[in-house]
Amino acid sequence: MLRQALAITGIGIRSLPARWAPSLVIVVGLAGVVAVFTALLAMSTGFVSTLKATGRSDAAIILRGGSDAELNSAFDRDSTDLIKEEPGIATGADGKPLASAELMVIAELVRKDDVRHGANITLRGVEPAGLALRPQLRIIGGRTFTPGLRELIVGRGVLQQFQGAAIGDVVRMRGSEWKVVGTFAAGDAHDSEMWTDINVARSTFGRSGSSSVLAALDGPDGLARLKSGVAAEPRLSLDVLREQDYFGGQTKQFRQTIGFLAGVVTVIMALGAVFAALNSMYAAVATRSKEIATLRALGFGGSPVVMSVMTEALLLAVGGGVLGALIAYALFNNFSVSTLGQNFTQVVFNFKVTPQLVARGLVIAVVIGMIGGFMPALRAARLPVTTSLREQ
Amino acid sequence: MTRSGFVIANLFRKRTRTVLTLLSVIMAFLLFGLLQSVNTIFNAGADFVGATRLFVQARVSFTSPLPISMLPKLEAVPGVARVAYQTWFGGVWQTNTPLIMFSLDPQRYRDVYPEWVMPEEQWQAFIHTRTGMIAGKQLADQYHWKVGEKIPINSNIYPQKNGSKAWIFDLVGVFDGKDEDWKKRTNLAFIQQDYFDEANQFGVKGRENFFILKLADSGRAAQVARTVDTMFENSPDETKTQTEKDFNISFVKQIGDIGLIVRWILFAVFFTLLLVVGNTMAQSVRERIPELAVLKTLGFSDGNVLGFVLAEAFALCLFGGLVGLILASMAGAMVQQATGGQFQLTVDYHVWLIGVLAIVVMSVAVGLLPALRARRLRIVDALAGR
Repeated sequence: MLRQALAITGIGIRSLPARWAPSLVIVVGLAGVVAVFTALLAMSTGFVSTLKATGRSDAAIILRGGSDAELNSAFDRDSTDLIKEEPGIATGADGKPLASAELMVIAELVRKDDVRHGANITLRGVEPAGLALRPQLRIIGGRTFTPGLRELIVGRGVLQQFQGAAIGDVVRMRGSEWKVVGTFAAGDAHDSEMWTDINVARSTFGRSGSSSVLAALDGPDGLARLKSGVAAEPRLSLDVLREQDYFGGQTKQFRQTIGFLAGVVTVIMALGAVFAALNSMYAAVATRSKEIATLRALGFGGSPVVMSVMTEALLLAVGGGVLGALIAYALFNNFSVSTLGQNFTQVVFNFKVTPQLVARGLVIAVVIGMIGGFMPALRAARLPVTTSLREQ
Repeated sequence: MTRSGFVIANLFRKRTRTVLTLLSVIMAFLLFGLLQSVNTIFNAGADFVGATRLFVQARVSFTSPLPISMLPKLEAVPGVARVAYQTWFGGVWQTNTPLIMFSLDPQRYRDVYPEWVMPEEQWQAFIHTRTGMIAGKQLADQYHWKVGEKIPINSNIYPQKNGSKAWIFDLVGVFDGKDEDWKKRTNLAFIQQDYFDEANQFGVKGRENFFILKLADSGRAAQVARTVDTMFENSPDETKTQTEKDFNISFVKQIGDIGLIVRWILFAVFFTLLLVVGNTMAQSVRERIPELAVLKTLGFSDGNVLGFVLAEAFALCLFGGLVGLILASMAGAMVQQATGGQFQLTVDYHVWLIGVLAIVVMSVAVGLLPALRARRLRIVDALAGR
């Protein structure tokens, strides 16, 4: 039976070029479905991986209780100093707690493809420890800012997507001029930020305290000790989070939204593609009806015919799926976009077409191919031999 | 047999093929309708917002507050009829549902936004109740808030004097929009600025995210905006003044270029559709070459034959397209109902207009090549099967 099936499938495939138009419908239809599916989820994957890469597991971020995001959080200078004295925080090379008080404010920049509509960009004022706590961040152009001066360093993502943030440019904020002196790359969400000295940020924005404190944890039980220390301090009402969890937690809504969109679009497109595939395979069976009837008359069984039609549909579907994945990869892999993050500022990220996504796309293609091939295959096997042979 | 009867009869000579093609077309237009309406959600620069209001925000970002001391200066700018202001409250319903909620001066806000409709006694109650709150109809319906109830709302920014972030407001009114466009935007809530200033722990007083200027004459928007921005230039509170419409556009653009993604998907969908329907048409013409030759022999002109094929393509696209758009309208309404109006997926007349346009373009694109082939047929060759 297998030999028969192989033989019929071989004949079918060799005759594909002769009826290329309907076959192309399956290939293109599936390419469309898989390309759209892969591209949408590549967006979600890119966003998630950017934020997941941001946090360290051995550092904690401390926010005011119930504030959810740095933007909403604020505490005064005394609280900031108090937090740094809490247990569980590692000690730096200078003998002081390895912790950075940070002030997060928002500035507006205009996107490169826009003329006047501003987008929110995070401006992060950091203490010297802020750089030590992010070893992944390196200066890729110019130099770092000088404490006490109105100088900025700008993340790679901001540089790519927004105007007026290149080295030498001047950014105006609250009646003062800030010079961009360097660019940095961290490979994570910090690439969407501008950094400066916290004290300069405080004086310019009229804020005395800070938004958050980032602290290196002292050993595996550091987080627990820090949490209980903070809870025992009546003057403080704070949330202590592992930095990785803080950033990881910001992806949920985006993932859900894009997942929903991808789901709806894929289901509708897939239905369309199933109908198109059915159409094409019925047409293919109709064109080959005489040939199939001849084979049946020669003694070939029904199941080899079914298998050959199914194989053809699957091959075309997988071909389309691969094509679609390639299109998604070529057009969208590392395609850089930005959207609003938890802090109400832009997060720049790249689409990521991963092997897992491609595999899922191909599974969809196979399923559609199976559905599209099954009914026509049955019809082929049930063709009445005599009438088919008699047909013109 | 009439000509249209002839076209329809031809379509259904291969019933399976026609039905399957129709179903593909329906799916494509269902997706088209839904995606276009998503696009409309992000079309915040809609014209009904008008240009009679200017938003004044801090130049650095609207998250940086401006001092209330600006108010008299703004009121003195020629062309400004009335000034309102509002501050973002950071309202959170229950554990983590963020609300669009501002504190503001009720009377001023009412003067600047006549688009919100609410009974007079509720306006009066809002003006005179310090702990008062009013909510848009959509919001009130969604969480089943009734006028007279006490509504507990957390703020993720401002604690009260006692350190608690759980605020309680008296719902004194529910407002609606004056027309369909404004009714769709009633998913927000307002509280009294005076009460907020007094009760928040930080002693934040008189700091506003926005001043909203109602203009005496919309023609002077650009001039007024320039005057305001020049007035505060080089101060720590530099301003950026733009029309409400422009503000809305930039706000939505922050989320990202949704339009771009939608366009890519639609491109993929229609390219595929073009192929599916185009293939069906080409196939059906190929099968009927001898018949078309007979038609020509009977005296139908080349143009007539071209017309028959184009009409078939049009009938396919029109029927499939209309059904698809109707399905999209129904699906959109269902989503809207299910989310309590928070997600406005309205397939409105804009979408229908573009949809019908797409149907026409599609018909020509898929029908033209086969139709031209049918027109070119030479009777002798076609009958001889050459």
